[in-house]
Amino acid sequence: MVIERIEAQLPGAILDRHAFRGDQTIVVEQARFLQVVDCIFAEGFQLLLDVTAVDLEIPEFRFEVVYHWLNLVSQERLRIKVPVADGASQPSLAGRFKSADWAEREVYDLFGIPFEGHPSLTRLLMWEDFPGHPLRKDFPLDGGDPFCSQDIGASFAPEARSLNA
Amino acid sequence: MEPRSDNTRMIVNMGPSHPVTHGTLHIVLELEGEIIVKATPNIGYLHRGVEKLGEHLTYQQFIPLTDRLNYCSSLMNNVGYTLAVEKLLDIQDPPRSQVLRVLCSELARIGDHLVCIGINAVDIGAFTAFLYLFRERETIYDLFEMMAGQRLHSSFTRIGGLFRDIPPEFEPLCEQFLDSCPRTVDEMESLLTHNPIWADRTKGVGAITAENAVSWGYTGPCLRAAGVPQDLRKGQPYLGYDSYEFDIPVGTSGDIYDRYLVRTEEIRQSLRIVRQCLDRLRQIGPGPVIIEDYKIALPPKEKVYTRMESLIHHFKLIMHGIDMPVGEVYGATEAANGELGFYIVSHGGKSPYRIHVRPPCYPIFNSFDEQVRGRIIADAVAVLGGMNIIAGELDR
Repeated sequence: MVIERIEAQLPGAILDRHAFRGDQTIVVEQARFLQVVDCIFAEGFQLLLDVTAVDLEIPEFRFEVVYHWLNLVSQERLRIKVPVADGASQPSLAGRFKSADWAEREVYDLFGIPFEGHPSLTRLLMWEDFPGHPLRKDFPLDGGDPFCSQDIGASFAPEARSLNA
Repeated sequence: MEPRSDNTRMIVNMGPSHPVTHGTLHIVLELEGEIIVKATPNIGYLHRGVEKLGEHLTYQQFIPLTDRLNYCSSLMNNVGYTLAVEKLLDIQDPPRSQVLRVLCSELARIGDHLVCIGINAVDIGAFTAFLYLFRERETIYDLFEMMAGQRLHSSFTRIGGLFRDIPPEFEPLCEQFLDSCPRTVDEMESLLTHNPIWADRTKGVGAITAENAVSWGYTGPCLRAAGVPQDLRKGQPYLGYDSYEFDIPVGTSGDIYDRYLVRTEEIRQSLRIVRQCLDRLRQIGPGPVIIEDYKIALPPKEKVYTRMESLIHHFKLIMHGIDMPVGEVYGATEAANGELGFYIVSHGGKSPYRIHVRPPCYPIFNSFDEQVRGRIIADAVAVLGGMNIIAGELDR
């Protein structure tokens, strides 16, 4: 198992693990993240499928950056989650995996998590002066007033926040 | 290539609304003469906030949104999404539904490849092949209409099965299609495969090595054209794909010509699978196409009107949705463009806490600059077609 081998090579790097419905998942401390990536790359997890994030709305580590890897030889999948505090940055993988380029820009755009070392960290899906980050949980569903750069979260009725209230 | 010092670059805007962009996307090309020095794709024109909407919709209500991801093969998106939710619920749909899902996925794959090849040829200037191919696509859409009642936005699947069974008229038309489609593909091949102009315009254009393609996150026909035999239908079989007979075509150079050949062969292989599906449907015979767990799938209308429990189930499902377990899954299927993934985080309750779509053409389009740098504008058009960029799934 790849997780045992990571554990053997980098003791203490894996904070938590689970395999819900067969999806191998590890939670890695941010400081050891790049070491773990080196390790799994050597293990054959070379196709970085996807980078995304989840806004957990918990005070200490608000976000979780989620990476999905695929090993083309053994067809194993591995999900790595890195807890990131609000306002903190996450090391970029754009130098090592070309697919991280847009994936990280999208996370930056929609969640506002900066990626340290990314060559051109600009917005991708939203326009340059769009106020706020739409996939944060405190961003309203109706988008608020896109032309008002302040007051995000104050200028709309609370009932507009849910479609199925 | 070194930029010239006298500042004579010309900026050309391709899109946001241009006939070859097929959807709304914008590419800024920096040219020296006719040579592309830099290409900057600028996406997001079709961003609808699908992921944000998904957090506020029930799992069932998200299915129509998946139609609008890759609108050339919407049935496959339906299947991919429902499989991800079923993975979260840890349930399996009835055998007849599984065969029907394979059948509609493969028809959608054929349709998608026909569009991709046809449009790619039109963009390069070969109009004829497109007309032949669209005749077949028309039949595929007729078949979809029989299945789902809709041609483009099918919303055919439900969590735990399908919306309904296929009607009796489906099989004769599908047989007819299985008869005529190989002939059309032959006609298309006779128009393109040995056509020197088509070969000139596509061979060597957009060539990519296997390592580079993996680093860019390529999947699907573009990765297979680069020589990596990666297909989830073989590698991580779902819906019983391991019990069907089909082969995975692989290219060598990864250029537009190889992608075309891979897609052409995949059409033939998908036709083989469709044939096997029809045989299997006859073997299985009539049966349920949706699970009979009324906490997940709606009970049939006759029961709702006549039985108290079914009425309650119906009401609970519509008003409160499915009672989801807490957890996270990543469900991946082999869509026409590559790996289509749905990452669903559930905190229980009727809506997902977070839903993320991994569209196959997103990482592929990321490499556009590298693919066209140092080539002429006309090659950019060919590369764009060969990548099969669908703006709906690119921008979500």
